[in-house]
Amino acid sequence: MQKYSIFNLIKNAFSNHEKWDLAWKDPTPKSEYDVVIIGGGGHGLATAYYLAKEHNITNVAIIEKGWIGGGNVGRNTTIIRSNYMHDDNALFSEFGMDLWRKMSQDLNYNVMFSPRGIINLAHSDAQMNVYARRGNSMRLNGIDAELLNREQVREIIPMADFSENVRFPIFGGLMQPSAGTARHDAVAWGYARQADSLGVDIIQNCEVTGFDVSGGKIKGVRTSRGDIKVKKIGLCVAGSTNILAEKLNMTVPIETHLLQACVSEPVKPVLDRVVTFGAGHFYISQSDKGEMVMGGDLDGYNSYAQRGNLPTLQHVLTEGIAMMPFLSKLKMLRTWGGIMDMSMDGSPIIDKTHIEGLYLNCGWCYGGFKATPASGWTFAHTIAQDRVHELNAGYSLNRFNKGHLLDEKGLGTKTWIS
Amino acid sequence: MLHIKCPHCGMRSQNEFSYGGDATIKRPELGKEVSDQEWDDFVYNRKSLRGKHWELWQHLSGCRQWIKVERDTATHEIFKTLKANQEIS
Repeated sequence: MQKYSIFNLIKNAFSNHEKWDLAWKDPTPKSEYDVVIIGGGGHGLATAYYLAKEHNITNVAIIEKGWIGGGNVGRNTTIIRSNYMHDDNALFSEFGMDLWRKMSQDLNYNVMFSPRGIINLAHSDAQMNVYARRGNSMRLNGIDAELLNREQVREIIPMADFSENVRFPIFGGLMQPSAGTARHDAVAWGYARQADSLGVDIIQNCEVTGFDVSGGKIKGVRTSRGDIKVKKIGLCVAGSTNILAEKLNMTVPIETHLLQACVSEPVKPVLDRVVTFGAGHFYISQSDKGEMVMGGDLDGYNSYAQRGNLPTLQHVLTEGIAMMPFLSKLKMLRTWGGIMDMSMDGSPIIDKTHIEGLYLNCGWCYGGFKATPASGWTFAHTIAQDRVHELNAGYSLNRFNKGHLLDEKGLGTKTWIS
Repeated sequence: MLHIKCPHCGMRSQNEFSYGGDATIKRPELGKEVSDQEWDDFVYNRKSLRGKHWELWQHLSGCRQWIKVERDTATHEIFKTLKANQEIS
C-alpha cells in the first residue's frame, strides 16, 4: 500500500493523481475465515484492524450489507469525549481518548481530530453541584475536567444567551478541554484502508441471511454471496442488532430507535468548542466547513427508518435557540436520521454470548462514534483471547439479569421511559 | 409527522401522544413463582421488530387514555389502533 505522505503527494501530482492505489480492495468472499466481523461500520472496521494489528489474526472478513461507513459512523455529530462519572465508562472512554490522539499517525490517514473541548452548561445551583461531583470523579480517573463559573463560560462562548430574564440562565459549566471532534468518514476509511492492507477482506453488498450453529457453537454464516465457514463471529451491527439476534433466536436488552441530527448553512467561525445545553438535550459544534452541527433527543419510538419526523427536530432546535439565540437566523441545510441500539441502561455491551464463538458488540445508544477505537480494540481482544478485557468487563451482557446496571446518566440512558 | 387515530378521540397529531413501548410484553402473573430469566425478559429483553409492531401510546394531551397501535417500524405507517383493554387480534 502506498503511504500517504507529502512525497507521494508530489510524486503522484506528476501523473495527475490518477495512479494512486485503491484505498481498499473489493474481494469475493472466501469459503472459510478465522474470524468474520458482521457490520462494516466504524466499530467493525476498527475491530478487524486491531485483530490484525494487535493479535496477528489476518484471515478475517468484514461483511457489510450496504457500503462501509454508510450507517451511524457517517451519520453522527462527530463528538469525542470521556466525561463520564462511573469507573467502567470513564476508564474505557479515556483509553479511547488516547487512541484518538494517536489515530491519524497510527492509520496514516488524517482523521482531523480536533481536541477543542466540550462544555456542558449548568442552569441551576443543583446542577453545578452535580457537575462538580462528576468533574471530581473524572479527575480521580485521570481525565481533565474544569468547573467554570458563569463569567468563565461567557468568556469562552459569548454568543450564548447571558441575558438576565431567561427561563434557563447559565450558571456555569463543566468543561473537558481534551474532548473534541473528528472527521467521521475519515475514521471509517482510515480503519478500512489499514485493515485491508493487513490482509482483511472487506466485503460490501453482502447481507447476512442466517447462521450455522450446532452444539452451541458457531460453525458458519450464510450470506447473500454464499456460505462461509467460520469459528468466530463478531456481531458489530448497532442499529440492526435486534434483527440479527432474531436470526440467532436471541433476545437482547435493546430497542432500536431513531435519532436525528442536522446542520445549518455554513457561516464564518463563531463557535470553537462543543457545547451542550443542560436544561434539555441539545448539543452543537461548528464543522470545518462552517456548518453548525446539531442534535438532541431521540424521536422516541421504535424505528428502523433512517429519517425522522419534524416534531422532535422542532423541539431540539427550540432548545438550541434558547441557548444560542443567533441560531434562529440560520437556514437549515440538511437533516438526517440514524438508527440507534438503545440498551436498557444506556451503556453498551461488548461481551461473549451463550453461543461459543459468537461475540456481541452493541447497545451504543447515541455514544458510539467516540467509542470507535476503544470498542474496536477491546472487542478485538475479546474475540482473539476469548475473554473480556478489564476495560470492557463492565459492559457485560448478563448485567441486566444480575442487576449490575451501568446507569451512567450520559443522556440516552432511557429509551422510551423518559 | 405521525397521525394516530385515538380510538376515543379520532385522528390526532403525534404531538399529543407519548410512547409506551412494546404492547405485547406481559407482566409475569401475580402469586406465581417467577424465575430471574422471566423477569429479565419482562423488564429488559425486547424483540424490537422491523416491520409491523404493536406498541402502547398514551394520548397525553387529549383523553389521557393508553391505547395500542400497530405501526410499521420501517415505514412508520399506522395500520390499526385499539383501546388498551382490547386484545390484539
